[in-house]
Amino acid sequence: MVMAKRRLIELAHARSGDKGDTANIGLIARRPEDYPILVREVTAARVKQHFAGVCLGEVVRYEIPNLGALNFLLHQSLDGGGTLALKADPQGKTYSSALLRMEIDAD
Amino acid sequence: MIRIANGQGFWGDSLEAPVDQIRRGPIDYLTLDYLAEITMSIMQKQRSRDPRSGYARDFVEMIARVLPDLKERGIRVIANAGGVNPAACRDAVLDAAHRQNLDLKVATVSGDDIMDRLDDFLARGVELNNMETGEPLSAIRAHVESANVYFGAFPVTEALARGAEIVITGRVTDTGLALAPMIHEFGWAKDDWDKLAAGTIAGHTVECGAQCTGGNSQVDWQSIPDLADVGYPIIEAEPDGTFTITKHAGTGGRVDVATVKEQLLYEMGDPREYITPDCVADFTTIQLEQAGPDRVRFSKIRGRPATQFYKVSISYAAGFKAIGSLVYAWPDAYKKARAADAILRQRLDRLGLHFDAMRTEYLGANACHGIPSAEPTPEIEEHLAEVVLRFGVRSENRAAVERFTREIPPLALNGPPVVSGLGLGRPRVEEIVAYWPALIPKSEVTPEVNVSAQA
Repeated sequence: MVMAKRRLIELAHARSGDKGDTANIGLIARRPEDYPILVREVTAARVKQHFAGVCLGEVVRYEIPNLGALNFLLHQSLDGGGTLALKADPQGKTYSSALLRMEIDAD
Repeated sequence: MIRIANGQGFWGDSLEAPVDQIRRGPIDYLTLDYLAEITMSIMQKQRSRDPRSGYARDFVEMIARVLPDLKERGIRVIANAGGVNPAACRDAVLDAAHRQNLDLKVATVSGDDIMDRLDDFLARGVELNNMETGEPLSAIRAHVESANVYFGAFPVTEALARGAEIVITGRVTDTGLALAPMIHEFGWAKDDWDKLAAGTIAGHTVECGAQCTGGNSQVDWQSIPDLADVGYPIIEAEPDGTFTITKHAGTGGRVDVATVKEQLLYEMGDPREYITPDCVADFTTIQLEQAGPDRVRFSKIRGRPATQFYKVSISYAAGFKAIGSLVYAWPDAYKKARAADAILRQRLDRLGLHFDAMRTEYLGANACHGIPSAEPTPEIEEHLAEVVLRFGVRSENRAAVERFTREIPPLALNGPPVVSGLGLGRPRVEEIVAYWPALIPKSEVTPEVNVSAQA
């Protein structure tokens, strides 16, 4: 069986923010029934790979099944963070949609 | 049931939102957040120049504007507008009441400012190490510009119990501002962890203003009605710890499970361990339900005991930075911007300038996301109408940063072609105020509540 490749933005929405040099991305299934696909496909390892060159530290994933959501912490991802950062987006506010670019296998 | 409105998500948020929250529908309490992490250092500097300053003047102007409405409707206001000088903020508010011949009871919550006690703490072994990196405070002690403890809801509750109509605090958590009236009205116990967690999560949901009512919301964003007149959030809190998030009828925006979930996850760490001075809230217990148009009901929230620590926010001077930009137009906009970056780096090198950090970004060509899969394909690259070269440097050495700023304008004439963006002149050198998070045992600091009246 061949599984269709889909962009995460079709299945999920997200919001991101910062705590120092760590960015967080909350990823939310648009339909509750798609949450297991997110759990299966969007692993911490895949997120680390997706943010190659941006996330220089560890990625930690938390499951929040009651909200149909995953929360990712991307350590060392904000050029030092806050006022120290020279980035156009020092608070990682746009990382939410960066994650939604990911292509996944969705059945 | 009581209605607790948020009218301000950060210092610099809409000036009209608090007024609309007061005038466009029923509320019992209005909460306002004025303090970002760097705000305290700005206020410390203001107070060092003028002992009657060091608080959010916007707040006093807003209160003066709505005071008759507050009195008429019996609305009480809770704001962390006191900054590093809550007493001066209170005096300014009482003065405004006096000018309008209105009686008013105003409380301050202070004791959070530990700037003058840092050396005493360090001498007694209260370490204040950076809770993210573990570094000792001695690494930056000489550069500290402000130091404040985050208090929770209970000192605000005490102020309400003593009859304050307006409560002005220094550093109090955003969630505490909203939780306090629930504790006060419903008589919740200090160890009723589930209810305290529920009120904390209610506070977290509304603490960023319209970010839970359709602002910055992704799902079907183009169909969110009338963002020009977006309604700010209101908590309808029940004594049993359940609550509904809504907004005034007739305002724009949207409150649904999607807009609320996005805000719940904002700045989230471990969802089972949302730590405040008041409790530890567990976001994996929240049950959400669409309870009508623009109404989302929260239930079944569980919490755990508070920790023995307060969080401390320390700000310190951390050198200088400057960011310059130039706009390169089609054709080959991206290539030109990259060529300019290479030239700039060679020139800085030739000048012998060294920086703690240098960063190049190309706005219009993957500056925000920055990930490999967001790079423009050759076909997209060919069509880019313009790309902004954005180049930043950071250093302890102000002179080096100053010298860098002189290297941006010449590129318009002595670098790659078809370039604009010099209307702003040379980049500005900014002083960096950085942020040092730490923990302190709760036994080391005591909140002070004072109530004064204008009769």
